[in-house]
This record gives sequence, structure tokens and C-alpha cells, in this order.
Amino acid sequence: MLPWLGAPPLESPEDARLVDGCSVAVLGSGPAGSFFAYFLLEMAAHAGLRLQVDLYEPRDFSKAGAQGCNMCGGIISESLVQNLAAEGVNLPPAVVQRGIDSYVLHMDVGSVRIDTPLHEKRIGAIHRGSGPRDLSTARWESFDLHLQRRALARGARLIAGRVDAVDWSERRPWVRVRDGERKQYDLIAVAVGVNSTILPVFEALNLGYRRPKTTKTVIREYFLGEDVIAATLGTSMHVFLLDIPRLEFAAIIPKGDYVTMCLLGEDVDNALIEDFVGRREVVACMPPGWDAQARSCQCLPQMNIRGADMPLADRLVFVGDCGVTRLYKDGIGGAYRTAKAAARTAVFEGVSAAAFRRGYLPACRRIARDNDVGRIAFFLTRLVQRMRLARRAMYRTVVAEQSKAANARRLSGVLWDMFSGSAPYKDIFSRMLHPALMGALARSAAVSAVHSERPVPVEDKKS
Amino acid sequence: MSTGALGKVYEDGEILMRQGEAGDGMFVIQEGQVEIVVDAGGHSTRVRVAGEGEIIGEMAVFENVVHSATVRAMGRVRALTVDRRNFLRQINEDPSIAFRLVQTMSRRVRELSEEVVRLKRQS
Ligand SMILES: Cc1cc2nc3c(=O)[nH]c(=O)nc-3n(C[C@H](O)[C@H](O)[C@H](O)COP(=O)(O)OP(=O)(O)OC[C@H]3O[C@@H](n4cnc5c(N)ncnc54)[C@H](O)[C@@H]3O)c2cc1C
Repeated sequence: MLPWLGAPPLESPEDARLVDGCSVAVLGSGPAGSFFAYFLLEMAAHAGLRLQVDLYEPRDFSKAGAQGCNMCGGIISESLVQNLAAEGVNLPPAVVQRGIDSYVLHMDVGSVRIDTPLHEKRIGAIHRGSGPRDLSTARWESFDLHLQRRALARGARLIAGRVDAVDWSERRPWVRVRDGERKQYDLIAVAVGVNSTILPVFEALNLGYRRPKTTKTVIREYFLGEDVIAATLGTSMHVFLLDIPRLEFAAIIPKGDYVTMCLLGEDVDNALIEDFVGRREVVACMPPGWDAQARSCQCLPQMNIRGADMPLADRLVFVGDCGVTRLYKDGIGGAYRTAKAAARTAVFEGVSAAAFRRGYLPACRRIARDNDVGRIAFFLTRLVQRMRLARRAMYRTVVAEQSKAANARRLSGVLWDMFSGSAPYKDIFSRMLHPALMGALARSAAVSAVHSERPVPVEDKKS
Repeated sequence: MSTGALGKVYEDGEILMRQGEAGDGMFVIQEGQVEIVVDAGGHSTRVRVAGEGEIIGEMAVFENVVHSATVRAMGRVRALTVDRRNFLRQINEDPSIAFRLVQTMSRRVRELSEEVVRLKRQS
């Protein structure tokens, strides 16, 4: 558990509030920064408050390759798609490259397709930047650029630059971009993610902030072309539960013309990647003749696996990955939730440490506590990954469920939510332990122990 | 329809929700228009037309009752379902997510009041 989870609220020396004409700096225009700026300005407008919001961002998201990319799998979860739609933020087909309506779970014992209960495309596959390094013409808009434009349309001002110094003078924080002047603000929202070099600057301020614990991951992009993707991976996200040492989770996500391969695990390195791309289950879901070495680009970003200590101070708040986010899944959904909670607090409760403790910390706590349950759920998934009998039992149960009514597909529902990040881990975990599901798994395990099975490829990859 | 179109596509005349049936969520129209029709006393009355970005069927989220109207696609329509469970969970964490819905409902109450006044004047 994080040390601040049980901390009592402190009284701030001043009851700092945003009033007409106050200025706010947002450091980073990834999802957390752009959501924060967007919702802050929207709520301020509802409250009749005029604010000046400066959004600092060194990347140009209209550029292909590393210069415009915030390295990620690019899945917009089912819950985030719905929440944004309810907020009036509908993601257009110009940004969403592929609507995802199913998952194919690949194991050595067989592959099985799990459809969304409503047979509706409610998961979006996007590129965070304009696309991989070798992109010739961008056919889809960058997701981060889309969100940034929404924030700018609400009135935020973009300052193209990397902030390299932050400090306080006269009880107000200031920021400075490289070779620039200091600029003082009434509030700073830090949304720089975990791949930024500025995090030690905040640790050195001695406010109690400690950057999140992270792990290295791998992302690869392959160009396959829209038609080939439609004929092979289709509209499914492909998830792999393979017994590869140090591999926690792997997925292949179809986009417009490219597919994204994501590997999470312990000390992911080239040997692990090569082991994965050579596996029969992986080769089988890619087109015939696919060359695993012919990738368009590769990156090794850090991923937040345990939230920051003390993601707030007077007139300072950390949102998204550099604060607290969801474990392994739906990081963009985590950015939305924390950004909104921080914006709500700043507009309606104030910007002192005490106000953020009251208004913002509970949202961080909810996510952090849910991640604790998530760790247990992922531990169980790891066990399944390591035990062949458990994999066979799981496979058998899911296959049998596909002919049942949607509400009777318990394991499929659990796996769907687990892989899509669509529900809180607490909810998934309690459904995992349901006696009916446990009974079905025990029966499948008993049958699997008696009958040996040959791997079964998934039948319908297209639809 | 492009590869990235989220939600589900309904062809002209297809029913998104039917009066009298239980509802488990609401819809957000992504593309196209739908008509909202109420059947009463053997007559079908078109109450209104809703278009892109509009939320429909929100009553089913808050009142556990059957749909009070039928919603039918006018031409090709793409709509996204917002599950009741997901939405209520999110409202519990962040009540401000319901702001837009409250705005929509208050606009509808205003439109209905104007309609009542108009009908009273006519009769
Ligand atoms: C391998 C992998 C796969 C993932 N897949 C998914 C997925 O499929 N779906 C999902 O929802 N989440 C996924 N995530 C998580 C997701 O990427 C993060 O949760 C999300 O990007 C967090 O958003 P953010 O805005 O907090 O940070 P970031 O996206 O990292 O954005 C930070 C921004 O701050 C800017 N910045 C950095 N330093 C400075 C500075 N000094 N001054 C100004 N600006 C600065 C950066 O340029 C960047 O634009 C994945 C993560 C990894 C590692």
C-alpha cells in the first residue's frame, strides 16, 4: 500500500482558490495534460470563472515516429469510450483506426474468440502520434493531437517546449522552458508521464513527491496493410497467455495499416522478444510469410506499476502516469479519471494541498486500492500461464461458454474485462471467485486431466 | 463504414430501442438521425428527431422502467450504447459526468413546456 493512503488531511496555511484571471500551467499534453486542460476550462466556464491555461509540450504529434509519439498500445478501453461519449467527447473514425469488438485468447492449448456481449465496437485502436517511423501518408489523426486540439479549442494556449525547471517564489510556483524566462502560475498540473527526465526535479523540491515505480516494456509496429489486417487479425485484439519466462502479458492490436505488438514483463529484453515472435501461436495469427524482423519501429517505454508518493502539494498536482494510474490496463482511462478529479478540485474546492487532499486524493486512493486487487488477479493469471492443466481447464470452459447466453458466460466476461481494462479489478476479482465459475473450472480441469487435447486454432479470425 | 467507426450500425427503419421493452443503457448517436415515436391509443406519434452527439434513452438509466418510446433509424445510423452499470458506477465516482445529461434533460423539459403551452393555446 502507498504510504499516503491512510494519511489524515492536513490543513493548508492558506485557502488558495482560483479566481478570475488566474493562470494555470499544464506540463505535458499527453492524455492526462490535455484532459486536465479541457475539463478545467469546461468546468471553469460552468462556474463563470475565466482562467488562462498554458499547455507545455515539446512533442509535435503531427510528426511520424518518435518525435510525435507517446509510446503505448493504443487501446481506448470500453469504459473510457462510453464515459467520453456521455461527456460529449465522441471519438471520430478519423482518429480511431479500428473499432475492436472481440478478443482472441491464444494459449498453447488452443485459441478462442471472445466477443463483446453486445456485438458492438466499443473499443478503439488508435496511434498516439501520427504513426510509425516509416509512415508515408497519415490516413488517421494522432489521438494525442486530437485531445490537444480539443483542449486548445476550449481556450488553452500551447507552448511548444520542454519545461526543465520548476520552483517557488513568493508562495507561487514558476516554470521555465529551456533557454526561456521564468513564468509564475497560480497552479501547476504536472502530466509528464513516467518517461520524462524532469521527475527528479520534483523529487528535489522536498514536497514528499516520489516518482512511480516502473517497469520496462516493448512496443513494436509492423506494416501489414488494411486488407491483410482485415483478412487475418480482423477486428479482434489478440492476447497471448504463453508460458514464456519473465513474460507477464502480450498482445497484438490491429490498427489501420499497422499492427502494434506489446510485451509486458520483467526486464523485457531482445531474447524475450525473439522467443515471443518465434512462437507458433504468434506466427499463426500473423499473415503467411510474415517476417518478424521486418518491423516499422520499436520502443522500450517505462510503464507505471505503482503510483507516486504524495502526488500533490500547495498549488501543485500530479495527474496521469506521473501520479497514479491503473495497473497494466487502461492507463489512458486512468489519466482521464485523475485529470478530471484534479480539475474538479481546482475549480470547486481550491488549489491548496488541503483541498487536493480532500478532493483529489480519494480518486487516487480508489485507483491505488483497486490496483492492489488487480495485483492478485494478475497473480492468478500468471499461475494459469505457468500451469498447463489450468490453461486447458480455462480453454475448455471458455469454449463451452460461447454457446451460452451472454449473462451465463462468466469466465469470458471476466477475461474480457481483465484484458480490456473495462471494469474495476475489484469487480472482476469478485466475479472470478463466483462459486458457479469455480465449479465450471473444476469440472473442466477434471475432464482435461483425463483427456489429452491437441491445440485448436481459432476458426473465425475475420468478421 | 470506415474501419474506425465505433458503436453499431443500424440500417434505415431498424429499431434501436422498442417501447415497452426493458432497457439496460442509453445511446449516443455518432452519425445520422433517429426518430422517437410513441404508440398510444392505437396511434403512432413522432415526438422528435435526434441527431449526431445526442443522448437518447437516458430515462432507462435512472428509472428501472421499460422504454417509454421507440427509437428508429432514419437512414443509416451509427450509435454507441452506454451501459447503465458502467455509467452509474462512473457517476458514483464523478458526479460531474452526468452534467451533460442533466443539461439535455433540462432542455427537453423546456421544449416540452413550450409544447404544452402551444397545445393549450390551440385547444
Ligand atoms: C507498452 C505500453 C502499452 C500501453 N498500452 C496502453 C493501452 O493500450 N491503453 C491504455 O489506455 N494505456 C496504455 N498504456 C498506458 C498509457 O500509455 C499511459 O497510461 C498514458 O500514456 C498516460 O498518459 P499521460 O498523459 O499521463 O503520460 P504520457 O502519455 O507519457 O504523456 C506525457 C507528456 O508529457 C510530455 N512531457 C514530458 N516531459 C515534459 C516536460 N519536461 N515539459 C513538458 N512536457 C513534457 C511528453 O512529451 C508527453 O507528451 C500503455 C503503456 C505502455 C508502456
